[in-house]
Amino acid sequence: MHTSVLTEAVDKAHKAGRHALIPFLPAGFPDPERFWEVLRELDAQGADIIEIGVPFSDPVADGPLIEAVSLQCLADGVDLDWILDGLERMAGQLATPIVCMGYYNPFWQYGMARFAERAAQAGVAGCIVPDLPLEEAGPFQEVLNAQGMDLIRMIGVNTSEERMRAYAKNGSGFVYMVAALGITGTQAGFPPQLPQALSRAQDIFDDPIALGFGLERKEQLGEIRDLVDAVVFGSSLIRHVQGGGEVRTFLQRWH
Amino acid sequence: MNTKTEFPDAGYYDGFGGQFVPELLMPPLIELEEAMQSVLPSQAFQEELAEVLQDYVGRPTPLYRCRNLSKRLGFDLWLKREDLAHTGAHKINNTIGQALLAKHMGKRCLLAETGAGQHGVATATAAAMLGMECIVYMGAKDVQRQAHNVHRMRLLGAKVEAVDSGTQTLKDAISATLRHWIRDQATAHYCIGSVVGPHPFPALVRDLQSVIGTETIAQCQKKMGGLPDVVLACVGGGSNAMGMFHPFTDYPEVRLIGVEAAGSGEEGCTHSATLSQGTEGVLQGARTYLLQTQAGQILPSHSVAPGLDYPGVGPEHVAFMTSGRAEYVCVCDDVALEAFYTLSRDEGIIPALESSHALAYAMALQGEIPSGSRVVVTLSGRGDKDLGIVREREGAAETKA
Repeated sequence: MHTSVLTEAVDKAHKAGRHALIPFLPAGFPDPERFWEVLRELDAQGADIIEIGVPFSDPVADGPLIEAVSLQCLADGVDLDWILDGLERMAGQLATPIVCMGYYNPFWQYGMARFAERAAQAGVAGCIVPDLPLEEAGPFQEVLNAQGMDLIRMIGVNTSEERMRAYAKNGSGFVYMVAALGITGTQAGFPPQLPQALSRAQDIFDDPIALGFGLERKEQLGEIRDLVDAVVFGSSLIRHVQGGGEVRTFLQRWH
Repeated sequence: MNTKTEFPDAGYYDGFGGQFVPELLMPPLIELEEAMQSVLPSQAFQEELAEVLQDYVGRPTPLYRCRNLSKRLGFDLWLKREDLAHTGAHKINNTIGQALLAKHMGKRCLLAETGAGQHGVATATAAAMLGMECIVYMGAKDVQRQAHNVHRMRLLGAKVEAVDSGTQTLKDAISATLRHWIRDQATAHYCIGSVVGPHPFPALVRDLQSVIGTETIAQCQKKMGGLPDVVLACVGGGSNAMGMFHPFTDYPEVRLIGVEAAGSGEEGCTHSATLSQGTEGVLQGARTYLLQTQAGQILPSHSVAPGLDYPGVGPEHVAFMTSGRAEYVCVCDDVALEAFYTLSRDEGIIPALESSHALAYAMALQGEIPSGSRVVVTLSGRGDKDLGIVREREGAAETKA
């Protein structure tokens, strides 16, 4: 098992007594030019890991906001080549580890091994693929791991202990706990089973636990704050940027 | 009938299928698979299903020999009359079965996606009959195009949700339904409408639709004294075709032909010929054939037949194609419409535009197959629902002239 830069990034924040911050930025948002500026700002303003969204025409786990943004990015010509070319140009300039978050088909059509090779060269540390559950993750995980990259495991409040244990066997990076039974950006509060699911995950996984879906500010975490090592936020950041807000002021909500 | 389930290895059919869904959907899929293994094969369930299929759905549906067309074509053309099933299409075989299963699983709400509206109507019907709640997702464009079926669903007590995202058609309705199911998995069952989606849906829908092929085999034995030479069915997602084809798996001497929609047939046109012109990919839970760009983005599809308008196809059809067990061809809109008029005038049966694709290809076999051959076409539904589309095209043709 390799030493994951993603695990290290979360641990570093944890040691500093705070949650690791993982913003999600759709590739090409708010527009293809300004995307790279926002990426630099996130890097400079204290993000610990940055998730870059790979747009897909049919994103099953995303809510209306991220879906609409993704479709706009596709219309603007954003694809994996565009993302990897840009990251290659920026190689060495970003201190924050990058993960690519996207649905399986674009990676598969690109060629999993080809993607992994180029992504590793461009400094990508891992991938999050919502439509690759335990049963289907093997082939992509293998090619990513061969390049020293992680396939982040996503679990939910309805994931059984048995399945968590199976996920724990061969994972790396961090574990992404989906904070609700739902889609991105649509939750109003956490489900009652969440604390129990997080406790179970903390017991079962050696890797840090990140919480995502519906997160906007630190105060939301309340009683579960100590059960979480990192926070992922997407829709709320998109809304903030769309409203003309600065990345800095958004990240401050988490300090 | 006996609805038996033989799962493919890990939900795969020669490498196609699988469960490409968010982890949040795995628990309800596992729950469904367990119910399929425990509830579905039980004698009590089978007896209940058989009774409902007979007394409510109207099965067995007839196998009818087209008297006039057979004379003209020089071979015997038979129709498996799914258009005579309750609600006017084969869709009801599947929804009744899934609704009964969901009820046994303790679910109280049926979720469904629909394109043309036939599956939505069939799900709403099953829900009404069993006293269940029903929510149907439908692309906003389809809601407009299929206003008659939307009205039928509402009359049956279903809530119709228009989907404004993406292309506002069937594929977006499927995504919206999957999202709802993630949220309400404890109380709702996703009654998927074709042999598509994540395992175990392709197997479940196939098994429930196999009543079409099983009945056909028995009826052929009785009426023809043997098996047919050729069997044809239209393929969008492919549920009526798989329901007809699957029971013929053990009879390699019977030629199976699936007919897809080629759209206008012009070079570069938008179509729904996924198997004939698509490529391998992953969409909405399954590894299958898709209409997609080189970058893996899903392309819009089109057919004059709304029920064929889907950019994917059931994974078992891909396995049938790659193994050579079935042939897959395509027919364009105008040729399907010709068959629609022909069957209406020559036999007094107005077919669904979907089925008209299969009929058109069957008629084109004249001269290719020996005279006296026995050809069976699944008449998957009746054409009443398509009269608006036909009238619109007639109007457009008149304006042009």
